[in-house]
Amino acid sequence: MTQVNNGVASSITRKQPLWLLAEVTYRCPLHCAFCYNPTDYDKHTQNELSTEQWVQALRDARKMGAIQLGISGGEPLLRDDIEEIVAEAHKLGYYSNLITSGVGLTEKRIQAFKEGGLDHIQLSMHDITEEINNFITNTSTFKLKQKVAAMIKGHGYPMVLNVVIHRYNIGHMKEILEMADALGADYIELANTQYYGWSLVNRSQLMPTKEQIDEAERITNEFREKVGSKMKIFFVVPDYFNDRPKKCMNGWGEVFMIVTANGDVLPCHSARSLLGLEFPNVRENGLEWAWNESPAFNKYRGTEWMKEPCRSCDEKEKDLGGCRCQSYLLTGDAEAADPVCTKSPHRHLIDEAIADAQNPQLREQPIIFRNDKNSRKYVEGDKERIEQFHALP
Amino acid sequence: MSTIQTTDIYALALHHRFQWEEAQQSYVILFPEGMVKLHGGAGEVIKRVNGKATVGEIVADLKAAFSEAEDIESDIFGMFDLAVGKAWLRKVN
Repeated sequence: MTQVNNGVASSITRKQPLWLLAEVTYRCPLHCAFCYNPTDYDKHTQNELSTEQWVQALRDARKMGAIQLGISGGEPLLRDDIEEIVAEAHKLGYYSNLITSGVGLTEKRIQAFKEGGLDHIQLSMHDITEEINNFITNTSTFKLKQKVAAMIKGHGYPMVLNVVIHRYNIGHMKEILEMADALGADYIELANTQYYGWSLVNRSQLMPTKEQIDEAERITNEFREKVGSKMKIFFVVPDYFNDRPKKCMNGWGEVFMIVTANGDVLPCHSARSLLGLEFPNVRENGLEWAWNESPAFNKYRGTEWMKEPCRSCDEKEKDLGGCRCQSYLLTGDAEAADPVCTKSPHRHLIDEAIADAQNPQLREQPIIFRNDKNSRKYVEGDKERIEQFHALP
Repeated sequence: MSTIQTTDIYALALHHRFQWEEAQQSYVILFPEGMVKLHGGAGEVIKRVNGKATVGEIVADLKAAFSEAEDIESDIFGMFDLAVGKAWLRKVN
């Protein structure tokens, strides 16, 4: 996830929440198999923050130094107050980004966003084929996305595309890049699936092979040379196939802050999967306390919390021990080294996951799509499901 | 060697924004999915890039504004090289 900020954050003052992600709702018309949202999101759909609470959060975060704002979800356009939120963000001086599936974007709304000062729109695309788009999102949204892309361009917005890469579209890399070029993309992020939330549940069904990833990267590099600087292409390398973990979120509580639909304040998207850790909520203590004082935000800052093999590792500052959520989800211990690291005693869990993705029995299991019905099952059977994650996602 | 000419005119690249950040006490350039913090002199250079002033005029203006600083011309050209290379600026003339 360090690629998210193009690697420039290292030159930026530390310990300010420069990036604020507002996950304004978990409701979503799409049902993507790779969604990183919590599997139990259904318990956060009835208690969303009000417009006034969002405006207050934007003001407070801006005072603390937040400047890049992502408005995400779920599908943010399912709320009818995004226009107000966007206008307030602009007034406060944020560089704002609407992260959307495109469902619900109309001429009227995009006009209002433009007038309100929204800086850009990031549109998710899934494949060049209608079949795969509709399969992986469990919807019929292919044609709509093409239409929305044209609308975004037509309103003078930069074309910023995000394509999550998995087994079902990785073979179409060249065609996906050509599609982006044809749509006039200024930026495209090819985000190899990382395994959290729903994508962890569907890991064996989504994960491509190492050979497929290498080939995809080769095609991407070739394309990058061809198009030159007119399109910025980011290829987010999947950590499972690396020897060292990612410096997740550029460090816990270093530059990223997320406010979720129900007001929880998190240092990363999936932090609530760390059971036993209590996160602050804007309804109670406010953002400043959350960022500076809350036990949750201080828990994994820096390197003091580390155990072996991280504690004495000469690379510990480089990756800060990787991702706490990944450690917890796979080993049951958030303070363990990220199992991606070959120095971790748990690396075999990653190798087994890679092997599982080639196991015909596992890879052919039906995908569990992200939808309210499935989410309610996770809410009801929380504990049981989480134990299942550890054994066999 | 710099490819920047004194007669060149630059503007901020499309979809990029330049602003003072109180919390960081510095100028920043913002763009989709990223930002850069500009330390002292770099911010002073970009602040003067407006799609009208030539590089030569910007150099003269900075020399006047920072008369005590020595040999800043090569630093200014270096900053233009970097900013053009990173596509933060676009050439308008």
